[in-house]
Amino acid sequence: MTRIAIENPVEMYAVRLGDDALVLGHRLSEWSSNAPFLEEDLALSNVALDYIGRARMFYTYAGQLRNDGTTEDDYAYLRDCRDYYNLLIHELPRGDFAFSMARQYLVDVFNLAYLAELQQSRDESLAAIAGKAVKESTYHLRRSNDWIMRLGQGTRESLRRLQDAVVELWGFTPELFAMDALEIDLLAQGIAVDRAALRDSWDRQVRATLEAAGVTMPEPDWQVDGGRQGVHTEHLGHLLGELQFVQRAYPGLEW
Amino acid sequence: MSAPDTIDLMPLEQYEAEQARRASPFPRLWEVLDTVKDPEIPVLSIWELGILRGVEVAGDTVIVTITPTYSGCPAMDAVAEDIAAAMQAAGYHDCRINTRWAPAWSTSWMSAAGREKLRTYGIAPPGEARLHCPHCQSTNVELVSEFGSTACKALYQCRACSEPFDRFKNL
Repeated sequence: MTRIAIENPVEMYAVRLGDDALVLGHRLSEWSSNAPFLEEDLALSNVALDYIGRARMFYTYAGQLRNDGTTEDDYAYLRDCRDYYNLLIHELPRGDFAFSMARQYLVDVFNLAYLAELQQSRDESLAAIAGKAVKESTYHLRRSNDWIMRLGQGTRESLRRLQDAVVELWGFTPELFAMDALEIDLLAQGIAVDRAALRDSWDRQVRATLEAAGVTMPEPDWQVDGGRQGVHTEHLGHLLGELQFVQRAYPGLEW
Repeated sequence: MSAPDTIDLMPLEQYEAEQARRASPFPRLWEVLDTVKDPEIPVLSIWELGILRGVEVAGDTVIVTITPTYSGCPAMDAVAEDIAAAMQAAGYHDCRINTRWAPAWSTSWMSAAGREKLRTYGIAPPGEARLHCPHCQSTNVELVSEFGSTACKALYQCRACSEPFDRFKNL
């Protein structure tokens, strides 16, 4: 498997954002034909499509920056785990419905704020992608927010599952707000978003919703990171095994 | 003096798009593109849907600019193929599709004729102040799912005639 060496910081930034979108989109797509009922099946599949479309836009732009013919498919299909840079929360297995909706809610609140900022980027292509995606995330959040309330105020069983999901996810949320040298540098150039600055308002909003839903907020007594360095949970390899299977079995196949 | 009647104005973006089309030096190409329909909603042309943003000619190449409705819309590849095929059939053998993301597509780009065709087809159009069932016109309707059969639609049911229907979402 050839490696795609990434040296341009803007390309790397676009690939990171593309990886977040592709990996979450793939997890959401796993609900196709598996959701609790038909309308949910359609909804999750449509949200998955929005994310995969978002990944395509980021990867296509990244490829244009290289100017060597690298395509969106090269990024998606020809990189192994250590060359994927998504934040870990996106790669966790879909779990039960409460887990998938809790994750979706946490990242929807984050994405809405992040994309609103990215629209102001001095990089016009990134700003354009954000302008498209922010509309979709607004719609996603309306639905995931609704599900948090329904699950929390539904039955004891649905609240228990939601509570368990939040406990399991909570330690993966600090990574959403972690800046590293590359993003600090791009922020100084007016290109990247200051994720750290989004934390307080995210925290307030998420706590207010979850507490209103009846969830007891977990103590922040552990946290995990590593995605931006390509250090992943054991789950990403399995995900890529499925996502990349056709290209690995039949290299260069197109339809 | 009685209050003046309200006159519905065409959204500004749509007006500008119409003007740009009228000023275009390639009316024949626009006519060819009018034959290209949305593969999921075959009563709507890509112009009426608002995703067709421009057509230009560079040398022997026709360049068609489209702005997709949703970033993951799976119909876009089919639309691009259909555009190329329509151009081919009209004798334009070299056609390139340019995808433009900004400004982002909005339902206000859908033409008035397009909205009416949607309703006749059984899909409630976007931008209505009061949502009507496209089958019986009742306003006694309920949301079944925020997402319908495609990313651009939500699923409703009419309490008056009991028919389910899709609504083109506002974006």
